[in-house]
This record gives sequence, structure tokens and C-alpha cells, in this order.
Amino acid sequence: MRADGWLPEWARGLPWLPILVLLAVGVCALAGETIMPFDPNELDLGAAFVPPPWQEGGKTAYLLGADNLGRDILSRIMAGSRVSVIVAFYAILFSGSIGALIGMVAGYFGGPVDAVLMRLIEIQQSVPSIALALILAAALEPGLWTVVVVIVLTYWAWYARIIRGEIMALKGRDYIAFARVAGVSTPVIFLRHLLPNIFNTLVVLATLQVGQVILFEASLSFLGLGIQQPDISWGLMLSDARQYITNAWWAITMPGLAIMLTCLSANVFGDWLRDRLDPQLRQL
Amino acid sequence: MWRFLTRRAWQGAISILGASIIIFLISRLSGDPILILLPNDASQSLIEETRRTYGLDRPLWVQYGIWAQKALAGDFGRSYRWEMPALRLILERLPATIELAVFGLLFSVAIAVPVGVLSAVHRGGWIDRVGRVFAMLGQAMPTFWVGLLLILVFAIHLNWLPAFGHGTPAHVVLPAIALGWYPVAAQTRIVRSAMLDVLDSDHVRLSRALGTPERLIVWKYALRNAAVPLLTMLGVYFAAMLGGAFVVETIFAWPGVGRTVVEAVFSRDFPVVQAGVLFTSILFVLSNLLVDLSYGLVDPRIRDAR
Repeated sequence: MRADGWLPEWARGLPWLPILVLLAVGVCALAGETIMPFDPNELDLGAAFVPPPWQEGGKTAYLLGADNLGRDILSRIMAGSRVSVIVAFYAILFSGSIGALIGMVAGYFGGPVDAVLMRLIEIQQSVPSIALALILAAALEPGLWTVVVVIVLTYWAWYARIIRGEIMALKGRDYIAFARVAGVSTPVIFLRHLLPNIFNTLVVLATLQVGQVILFEASLSFLGLGIQQPDISWGLMLSDARQYITNAWWAITMPGLAIMLTCLSANVFGDWLRDRLDPQLRQL
Repeated sequence: MWRFLTRRAWQGAISILGASIIIFLISRLSGDPILILLPNDASQSLIEETRRTYGLDRPLWVQYGIWAQKALAGDFGRSYRWEMPALRLILERLPATIELAVFGLLFSVAIAVPVGVLSAVHRGGWIDRVGRVFAMLGQAMPTFWVGLLLILVFAIHLNWLPAFGHGTPAHVVLPAIALGWYPVAAQTRIVRSAMLDVLDSDHVRLSRALGTPERLIVWKYALRNAAVPLLTMLGVYFAAMLGGAFVVETIFAWPGVGRTVVEAVFSRDFPVVQAGVLFTSILFVLSNLLVDLSYGLVDPRIRDAR
């Protein structure tokens, strides 16, 4: 007997564990303050370096332990989820739309337009993304929006390349030719006839990007080029915890586990969605 | 073959040119470079004069031309912090970065090849399944966290290996593992699927029919063919290592280009940042070029394609 036999038919076979993790992250991001056990920025030096409860000296109030200033790590992880969700949302929205538009234009018009845009993509991919981030961070103020800009600049080419390929295949279809002969304007062809056909691909690409965006933000914040104090981000928590790595293993482990679980869930869910919606993207 | 080679070389050159334009433009985003050169209370006439001496009153593309011309001659300006030419600093630090990337690559291949081969031979067996779980985990762990966990376990708790520094063979172990960790998953997948293809081919079946020992078939005849896709991809992974080196070098205090550039960002040492990023991009383009060339060598269809 299947374990999910009690579920309604549409809900069977869904990757429930990843969905639950992602939902939990989403709830923390939206309603963080109301469900956190502590104020994530509240200092309590009496609680400094309190280990998690299963270790000697631990307190049940601090489920995942406390950091060097006595701040509750669980509360800080919950607060940090907000940055991950905001960065992932805007970065994916912008890189997806810009990349899709450029890919559509390159694929549809072909010729010199395509050649120029493809060169641009190649140039973009010749600068390692972390190096691009470094030079941008040196030029701009580091912060949430710099992170978003860096990710958009890094990922638009990825979308553009794949969407261009799809559009080139679609362009030859009869219904597009008919629409053009019937005098349908180019923007309408893009919106009504091309966009619906690449929509599944876009959704799959966006889901597969979630994990990568979260890793990228964490790495930038860890290097000090991303989110700045007093804002809270998982990467920044790890960067702090590095200073007292010999005193508190939990401060190094827990935020990393949050990153890993979230990315793992996003990747598993993305793979599932890809197999469902767009099996041709298997190569990714 | 020569036509293929020159065409790819031209494309590489255009990419590097484009990268240098991006680097130049982004550096100018930070504001007027004059304000870094002069004290805050400099008079208006001094500002105007300095601007003229450095060519900063000219149009942007002329300024880029001046910058690019100097860069081609190896002059990126002096590092404010290290008080030496930026290029010399980067070149001094480059061997350490390449050393780290090579060892990282060795580590990932040393894991990926046996795991990939065994996963293919015992398809669906425990190695295959464990390998897949590890691949999923590996893709979800940030490189810097892997590095921190390695320090926590092997340097602090077990005290087996040094946590930072450079010099002895022991120093390279943890950074190389941290750097090589991420690509293991993808490499294992490449080896596994190539092995599955080869093991299913006629020449393997013939060897089996002739009674060749299975171990010899798998580890010698099949692997030799299955290694080609991985070998051609090594350039891509080497390039990826250069990106990862920025983070890993920072964690392990490795004296390479990555850490130097990260530090330069914080001290607003622009010549060093520009030289470092441009150099990484050039290495990046060169490794990708090597990949294309090795494809062309292995597969004549690619080199003859338009």
C-alpha cells in the first residue's frame, strides 16, 4: 500500500518533504517576528555560548544554542530566511524576465540581432560570477540590492541561451507563420503565441535557480560583500561564527544546515517539476 | 583544424575584450576616480588640472582606450596598499591559486572516477544510491561551509591537519577538498553515464565473449573510452575552481589571487581588483578554449562544423 493513499488524488506523488521545508522557510520569512522564540538581535551575555539542549550545559529555551552574544540561533535562522526569500524572489524575477526577453528577441529575429546578443552572452560568461560580484561590490555599496544586481547580471545569460533555443524551434511552426501573414503585430506574437509555449521552461528554470541563488547570496554575505549588519542572513551568521569556531560548533553547523536543507528541497522540487513539465531539460 | 582553432581564438579574444570593457565600466561606477587621487580639500583648479593630466576630461571610450593600452603593456597602476605594481602582485600570487585549483581538481577526479565507474557497474546498487544522495547533498552545500566544517572536524577537533597557511603538503589537503567538493557530483554523473554507454557497446560484449576478465574490461578497456567526456570537460571544471578559489582562499588564508582580490575590494585597491579580475577572466576563457580544442581533437565532426 502506498504511504500517501489517504491523500486526495491530485496530491499523491508530490515531493512532500521538500515542499514542507520550503513552506516552512516561506512562513518564517513572512511571519518571522510573531513565531520566533526570541528577538533575534537581543543581546543576553548570560546566555553566551549556551549549547543546544542535548549537550551538557544546554538549555531547552535555546533549541539550537546561542551565539557569542547570547542571541538565540533558531530565532536568527528564522529571521535570516527573509533575506534568502527576498533575494531569491527579486533575483529570479528580474534575471528570468530579462533573460527570457533577450532570448526571445535573439531567437525570433535571428541574423545580426542574434549574433550581437549571442556575443554578449559569451562575454558575460567569460567573467567568473564571483569575480563580477567582487568588482561590483567594490564599486557599489554592498547590500541586499547589490546582491540582487550581481545575481541578475550572472544569470540572465543562462535563461537567454535556453529560451533562444526553444524560440528557434517554435519559430518554424505553421501557426507562427499564419499569425505573421494575418498581420498580427510582433508584440502580440511574442505575448500570445510564443510566451505560453516557453512558460513551462521558465517555471522549471526559475525553480532550479532557487537553490543556486541562496548559495550565491550566502557566499557573498560570508565574504562581507552581501548583506550587512545589523540585517541577518545565513551567510553573515556563518561569517560571524567563524570568529569563534573553536568555542561553538553549533554556531557553524546550524545556519549551514538551514542553507543546505533549503537548497536541497528547492533542487529536489525543481527536478520533480522538470520531469513533470519539461523532460527535455534533463541535461541541466 | 587550423580554421577551427583560429576561429575559437578570435572568439576568445572578443570575450576577453568584452570582459575588460565590463571591468572598466563597473570600476567607473564607483564615482570620480579623481576624488580618490586628491585630498578632500583640493581646490577646483587643481581638480581640473589633475583631470586633464590623467585624461579624465576625455570621452569615456577614449579613457577606456588609454586604460586598455596601458593594461596591454602590463601597466594596471600601482597597488595603494602593497605599494607595488598591481600586475606584479597578481603574478606573484598566481602560482598558489593554480596549485590549489590543480589539487582541487585532482581530489574531485579521484573521487568521481571510482564512484562513477562502480555506480555504472552496479547500477541501482548501494554505491549508486549512496553516490546519488551524496551528489544531492554536495550540490546543496555552499563551498565556504564545507571549508568551515572541514576546519571544525579535522583541524580543531581531531587536530590532524593545519587550518590555514601555505607551504607544506599538509596545508593543501583541506582547501583542496573544500574546493573539489562541489564538482564531484557532476563529474560522477558524467563518468557514470559514459560507462553505462561503453559497457553496453559491441567491443565490450566481444571482450566478454572472448573471456577477458571482467575487472580488466571495466577498469582498462571501458574506462579508457568512458574517460573521454570527463577529460574534455576538465577545462570547464578548472575554470570553475578559479571562481571557487576566491572563497576557499579567504577561509584558509591561502596566499593566492582570490584572497588578494577580496582584500583589495575591502581596501578599495582598484588597480589590484581590476588586474586580478581580468586575469581570472583570461584564465577562464583560456580553459574554455582548451575544452573546445580537446573536443575538436577527439571528435572531427565538431572541428569541421561551421
